[in-house]
Amino acid sequence: MPRRGAAAEEVGIEIDEDVSDSDDGANRRRANRRQAGGRGGGGARGRGRGKKADSEEEEDEEEEAPKRRARGGNKRGAANKRGGGKNDDDDSEDEAPKKKRGGAANRRKGGKAQESEEDDSEAEKGKRGKRGGKKGGKEEDKGKGKKGDAKGKDKGKDDDKDKKKKKKKDDSSSDSSSNSDEEEESMSEGEMARLMEEVEEKKKLIANIRNKPWRMKRRLVLLREAQQFVDKFEGALGKGKGRKWYAYKVMMTKKWIKFQRDFENFRTACIPWERKIKEVESHFGSSVASYFIFLRWMYGMNLVLFGLTFGLVVIPEVLMGLPYGSIPRKTVPRAEQDTAQDYSVLMDFNGYCKYSVLFYGYYNDQRTIGLLKFRLPLSYLLVGIGSFGYSLMLVIRTMAKNADVGGGDGEEGEFTFAWKMFTSWDYLIGNAETADNKYASITTSFKESIVDEQENQKDENIHLRRFLRVLANFLITCSLGGSGYLIYFVVKRSQEFANRDDLSWYEKNELELIMSLLGLVCPPLFETIAELEDYHPRIALKWQLGRIFALFLGNLYTFLFALFDEVNSKLEEEQSIKNASIWAMKEYYANYSRLLNDTDATPPPMDPGDVIRGPCWETAVGIEFVKLTVSDIQVTYLTILIGDFARAVIVRFLNYCWCWDLEAGFPSYGEFDISGNVLGLVFNQGMIWMGAFYAPGLVGINVLRLLSSMYYQCWAVMATNVPHERVFKASKSNNFYMGLLLLILFLSLLPVVYTIMTLPPSFDCGPFSGKTKMFDVIMETIDLDLPAFMGTLFSYAANPGLIIPAVLLMVLAIYYLNSVSKAYQNSNMELKKKMQMARDEEKNRRNNKDSTNQVMKDLEDLLPNRSLSPPAPPEPEKTPEPEAKPTKTKPGSAGKGVNLQKDVALASSNPNARGPVDRPPGPRGPGPGPGRGRGRGRGPPPR
Amino acid sequence: MGNKQTIFTAQQLDAYQVGYGSHFLLFYRYRDLAPQLVPLDYTNQPDVKLPYELIGSMPELKDNPFRQRIAEVFSEDGEGNMTLDDFLDMFSVLSEMAPRDLKAYYAFKIYDFNNDDFICKSDLEKTLNKLTRNELTEDEVKMVCEKVIDEADLDNDGRLSLEDFQNMINRAPDFLSTFHIRI
Repeated sequence: MPRRGAAAEEVGIEIDEDVSDSDDGANRRRANRRQAGGRGGGGARGRGRGKKADSEEEEDEEEEAPKRRARGGNKRGAANKRGGGKNDDDDSEDEAPKKKRGGAANRRKGGKAQESEEDDSEAEKGKRGKRGGKKGGKEEDKGKGKKGDAKGKDKGKDDDKDKKKKKKKDDSSSDSSSNSDEEEESMSEGEMARLMEEVEEKKKLIANIRNKPWRMKRRLVLLREAQQFVDKFEGALGKGKGRKWYAYKVMMTKKWIKFQRDFENFRTACIPWERKIKEVESHFGSSVASYFIFLRWMYGMNLVLFGLTFGLVVIPEVLMGLPYGSIPRKTVPRAEQDTAQDYSVLMDFNGYCKYSVLFYGYYNDQRTIGLLKFRLPLSYLLVGIGSFGYSLMLVIRTMAKNADVGGGDGEEGEFTFAWKMFTSWDYLIGNAETADNKYASITTSFKESIVDEQENQKDENIHLRRFLRVLANFLITCSLGGSGYLIYFVVKRSQEFANRDDLSWYEKNELELIMSLLGLVCPPLFETIAELEDYHPRIALKWQLGRIFALFLGNLYTFLFALFDEVNSKLEEEQSIKNASIWAMKEYYANYSRLLNDTDATPPPMDPGDVIRGPCWETAVGIEFVKLTVSDIQVTYLTILIGDFARAVIVRFLNYCWCWDLEAGFPSYGEFDISGNVLGLVFNQGMIWMGAFYAPGLVGINVLRLLSSMYYQCWAVMATNVPHERVFKASKSNNFYMGLLLLILFLSLLPVVYTIMTLPPSFDCGPFSGKTKMFDVIMETIDLDLPAFMGTLFSYAANPGLIIPAVLLMVLAIYYLNSVSKAYQNSNMELKKKMQMARDEEKNRRNNKDSTNQVMKDLEDLLPNRSLSPPAPPEPEKTPEPEAKPTKTKPGSAGKGVNLQKDVALASSNPNARGPVDRPPGPRGPGPGPGRGRGRGRGPPPR
Repeated sequence: MGNKQTIFTAQQLDAYQVGYGSHFLLFYRYRDLAPQLVPLDYTNQPDVKLPYELIGSMPELKDNPFRQRIAEVFSEDGEGNMTLDDFLDMFSVLSEMAPRDLKAYYAFKIYDFNNDDFICKSDLEKTLNKLTRNELTEDEVKMVCEKVIDEADLDNDGRLSLEDFQNMINRAPDFLSTFHIRI
């Protein structure tokens, strides 16, 4: 009982404080309202006040928050760190159990006091339930004396509804004692509004109860009360949505979340090979996975190219063009017809392959085909150019996007290891296999970060390192130069050889031999030399890529050189054949008419197989590229099969009967060769870009290749390879790969554009036959199909006077954008530095000062090791309170009785009643720990 | 429907329903762990506890390296034996509806193996070894633990307090998405 008395006093104090807070000439009404809020009890006070926008109140409350939290036990402390308004009500309710021990420390509202009251009764008498609580409240009212007394008696054991009435009465009485009728009117209105707020608040509590850090039993109790409150008062306020509505809303939120999750899953499931790649990544690290991601990206791009080429060129030709055998270019020549179906011929892409839609020569130069008047030649040219345009755009866009990503992850370095440690395990995993993968991936990622970290910590002789790096670069430049010269020399020789017939086998194949020898020897050599440099493996990979790339450029160079030679000779040959074929045609007609002696008779067309053809250099080029691509595929796959799979099998099974440990010793298992594979992919793509114009079918072949390669290599890497010795993290952006790709794209763009712009197309094959230049088809379209003014427009646009300014403008724009991006980069760096500094500063401050963060302080106090000190506060703390009481009780006293009573009924919960269950997982600190005193008045809790 | 009413009183039912949207699911999961132990009638709130061996063998937990800690943290007796309420608590904290701070607090508890309210080096080592199945070498483990403390320890006392932990975890991008269990 004495404690109850104390609580009542506090209520008085509380109200008084409010008044003094408001400070502006004792604004009665306000005070009253606030009192009313107090009377409402429950959890709604924070809201109600907030609505009134009483800033002082807010502040007060904020100050109070830490204290409350302090009392609330560590569990709540943790949860309330953010301490938004949302949590306020919880706080007030949380407080209840603490007060039992803490000596009814709540100065704020009657309601709280009430709660504490109830706690007492409940804790003492077990589960007496509401009754007990109410009784307690009533007694309290009495103890307080004042007006509330009478009212309290009236309603003491009644329903909540009664309480509301009571409240009104209470208000009116207090009003009448001080103010006019008019004011009374508005008061009751305010009451209504406030009550509604409360109801809302309770409803919110109901909705959020699942988020509260309470033990189940407490939750249930609180929930029941809140529901009762809402049920009762909602009726009174005339809006009866209530709990069901909230239950519905909660349900809908749940459904929505589930939907979002499913959608997310669906989207992930739509990303092809995501799981495969993740699996590889978990075992081999992100560097190996980056290759597969790159492969997937390439596949996507090639799929679009394939769609363009087949949709706009190949399929229209097949569907609407003339069928096979109708015209010479679509027919195998008679001389070849016998062998045209031989396997070896077909494998060389001669015979039927050569005269099929796969190659340039098959397409007819008819301006429009089919019913749709499809302009195939135009479409052919535009698709060729469009493929390049699309690829260029895509590569550049991807690079830009990746650069964005690269800029964004700057601050991630702060907690690399900590995050890995505490957030990497996915608690959703409920499957042994997935768990195994996860273990592997966590281990791998730790290893990656460890490698990074070791690299950071490495500091030895920097001069030696520099010297070694220079030396290594020198050596590699030498070997690159050497091999470059060798290639040049061999190409020259091969040109000489080309004119001779008496060649040995070696001389015939010299070029190929030298090239493959270089390709075989140089990469390992570079790798060995790179050991000298001792770079981080990620950077070493880039160097390695760059160097091998330079070497392979030699490959490309020889290949193109040979090709151009071939094309030139074919062009010469063509000139003579052209004359010959025209002559042959004339002969044929002449013979025909002479034999029949009838000049009027139209001769039947010549059998298409007999017509003399030109060499059709375009098809020849196309065949070269297709052959190259196919042989590349074969070599790659065979290498994997022999180099990796056979090796793995031998190592694995011969190990049982061998004199040394094969697995740990010499042959061991292969590692995945990232640089080789990436470069293979890049150069292959170069071949596709160059060859696609002359062999539309190449794109299809490439798509198949990438598709099979994805499965095959995924299997091979998982089955036969071991992770790198130093698993390293790939750079966030794949931009280095993209850069290589862009370079290759440019390189392959050059010869194609050159041939399109300068070389005359073959006279008897391909969609541009009969024109002097391939792009004439555009002129033709402009002239014939577009209105005249478009022609003039184009001629203006092609005017040098326009083009040169445009180029200048572009250069200027590039310059401008470049400098802007530099400036941004600088400011970015500045900001990063500042952030780092701020962080350091904060750290220092924390170390020097005891603590700056009030909430954290309070939380710390909750931790048992500090709060192990006996919970002294409860008794002592009561004493200071009463002192203030006599002076301050007056203003709020009127409403108090009722107020308390109501609270009893509303919040009769005894959150503490759970007894033994009540503790949070850890040992719980006594509520009103030492933190409480400190918490008060130290300014708002951070965040 | 009929049998549900017999499991809980209407009031319990009501409260559970709002408190946990899927309480029946959870209840049945709980009961399925040990049908012989858990009565179908919870109206008089029987005092039933399931031993850790049963809790830890739930499919949701059985592959989790921290399952024992989870059970210990959420159980009342600290040894992993759970009542229905503990069980509901556990899944409420680990549900995706739970707020970040609550999750962070319990995560802290889970990683605090020796219950001293600080995550110290030995806790970190244990965590790391559980995560990687002891595949890192001694030196690596040591280095990682030092790095973690170096990164997250704001007051330089060589161990992570709850404050440090929260500060760190609140910025972690995928903490919320990984620290939850669906049921």
